[in-house]
Amino acid sequence: MNFLRVAALIQRHLYLYKRSMPRIMEIFFWPLMDLLVWGFITVYFQRSNVALPRFVTFFLGALIFWDILYRAQQGISISFLEEVWSKNLLNLFVSPMRPSEFLAALMTISVGKMLTAGAASALLAWVFYDFNIFLVGISLIPFVLNLLIMGWAIGIISMSAILRYGQEAEVLAWGLGFLIQPFAAVFYPVSVLPTWVQPISRMIPASHVFEGMRAVLETGEIPYESLIKATCLNGVCLAVAICFFYYTLGVVKEKGLLIHRGTE
Amino acid sequence: MVVEVNHLKKSFGSAVAINGISLSVKAGEIFGFLGPNGAGKTTLIQLLLGLITPTSGEIKILGMDLIKNREAILSQVNFSSSYVALPTSLTLRENLVVFAKLYEVKDAKAKINSLLTLFEISKIADTLTRNLSSGQLTRLSLAKALLNSPKILFLDEPTASLDPDMADKTRTLLKSIRNESNTTILYTSHNMKEMQEISDRIVFLDKGEILACGTPNEIIENFKEENLEDVFLKIARRKDAKPL
Repeated sequence: MNFLRVAALIQRHLYLYKRSMPRIMEIFFWPLMDLLVWGFITVYFQRSNVALPRFVTFFLGALIFWDILYRAQQGISISFLEEVWSKNLLNLFVSPMRPSEFLAALMTISVGKMLTAGAASALLAWVFYDFNIFLVGISLIPFVLNLLIMGWAIGIISMSAILRYGQEAEVLAWGLGFLIQPFAAVFYPVSVLPTWVQPISRMIPASHVFEGMRAVLETGEIPYESLIKATCLNGVCLAVAICFFYYTLGVVKEKGLLIHRGTE
Repeated sequence: MVVEVNHLKKSFGSAVAINGISLSVKAGEIFGFLGPNGAGKTTLIQLLLGLITPTSGEIKILGMDLIKNREAILSQVNFSSSYVALPTSLTLRENLVVFAKLYEVKDAKAKINSLLTLFEISKIADTLTRNLSSGQLTRLSLAKALLNSPKILFLDEPTASLDPDMADKTRTLLKSIRNESNTTILYTSHNMKEMQEISDRIVFLDKGEILACGTPNEIIENFKEENLEDVFLKIARRKDAKPL
């Protein structure tokens, strides 16, 4: 791993964000909209005396966590798309850059986006709803790290699909995360899902993260079983995603598609 | 030999794009690839850059097997194409800084400044790339391609979007780069006059096979034509073209 080359790719994206207000706003816009719309709905429900314990806490916590996962995923897939849109992909792939360095750079960018979006969400939740996620303390950090890894896995898979199928697969950069959302127990426990869906839900690392998050918010203690399951499943997901990326790169080189991705 | 290709074949399904080509290029040569659309020029260049996996055959660049030594080879070569862009939201200088790091260029600042001067783009170095004319974009792409002082330079229609004055300057520049640093230049163009003027040797490709290879004059004489353009037209319009 050549860290200078990783730094070069990160610097390329920092240059991009330095002067692009729409790109910066995109990081903040959706967390803000989510928090405003869903946050006020939760406040409304609470004032309507809906008998749900710690409803606001759970819901806002879930929103912030979901955004962490989503931003981590977009940090990979949108950063990759930036190279496709700017027709720069061939310049990168004819440079000595290794695919692993490319992935490392995108993952680092993803951490930056996740931290920015997460901090913005937490701040907005505190300002609008007096909800301070930091009061929960460091118990949530292992879960945040798990969401980051799952975001990477989804991002790498959507990036691989775009590499293979071109810009017609771009929608995956925005949609793939939402495809799993109904089954990932983001806003409700796994037990709410139909019985036949529950085994599928338990195969998704994020389900254990969101179940764990609710347990932490409720008891203040880390549910280690959820954490271990999430970490193990995430390890598998990330390994599968990276293998899928290398496999796709091989197919793309075999089929001669890289020049199309770089110039389409 | 800095480029050695032996029995190279590339098929996409049942379509044969490159059919058992063998060729070699000497250090310091300007070597042109010619052929009608679909002849296999782009596929061959992509194979030489490791962007496509060959079906069979061997590619050696700078004495090393391309597949086994990709990183070592790519750090010593570079590429510019009129069809490939650099990020438009970055300034010229920022683009060059990023690629200088990717190629681990020593004393990058001085190298970038010298290239900006060489291509007469110093005054617009801090302009966003999206605001450049096509000629300025080509010059930026060439500056990027020379960042690592490559031993081999792959150029895909580098003068396609340049006006005659800048195209002529670019050709003169490429020749001086070759003369000063013995850089090997592999070159595609549809400009026959340019090919005739700049190339030491030319390979004519058609349907994935080599139809002719030699100096421009040798090829013109062999085909009993007046110039390369006539040779090109003769080859492109032949029915059932076979290697000569």
